[in-house]
Amino acid sequence: MQLARVIGTVVATVKNDSLHGRKLLIVQTVDRNLEANGKPMVAVDAVGAGVGELVFWCRGKEASFPFKREDTPTDCTIVGIVDSEQHVTREPVRKRATPPLAR
Amino acid sequence: MILARVVGNVVATQKNRRYQNARVMLCQQITPEGNETSYSVLALDSVDAGVGDTVLIVQEGWSASTAATGEAGAAIDSAIVGVVDRIDLL
Repeated sequence: MQLARVIGTVVATVKNDSLHGRKLLIVQTVDRNLEANGKPMVAVDAVGAGVGELVFWCRGKEASFPFKREDTPTDCTIVGIVDSEQHVTREPVRKRATPPLAR
Repeated sequence: MILARVVGNVVATQKNRRYQNARVMLCQQITPEGNETSYSVLALDSVDAGVGDTVLIVQEGWSASTAATGEAGAAIDSAIVGVVDRIDLL
């Protein structure tokens, strides 16, 4: 799963039947410092996310599992909404891992 | 599987029901030498890993879902399946 910010919505009138009624959102993946990383993607929403929220999305075949299985063609689905930016805990950036990684 | 270091976690109240009672850990991939790469990923914990631990992450749906929730078919693409004690390189 990847952490991402919802930055927009997509409207598509003509689409696969099993995508009807589904919300399409544009997500920008972010790194642990919540800075943009990589290109934005279109995700199907499974939890009621909205623009501006910090979410996490699931990739691949598993992305269709929140919906009726095998039914929804998606490879990127929002599966959780992070409560707030303060709910992303992280340690300070370190260049190199400490032991037990010994050469 | 990839090698990564646990750097934090995220809290989400609103989430897919299969994520109930799971810990979502923020992980940064590392090289075998221990240097961090630019790839970070969220993975469900199945081995009680903590921040600072070097871990093994499986990135295949069936395995990740089975390891993290005990059952296949969840919308989970990454799970922590081991805590690394030591890496020996040639």
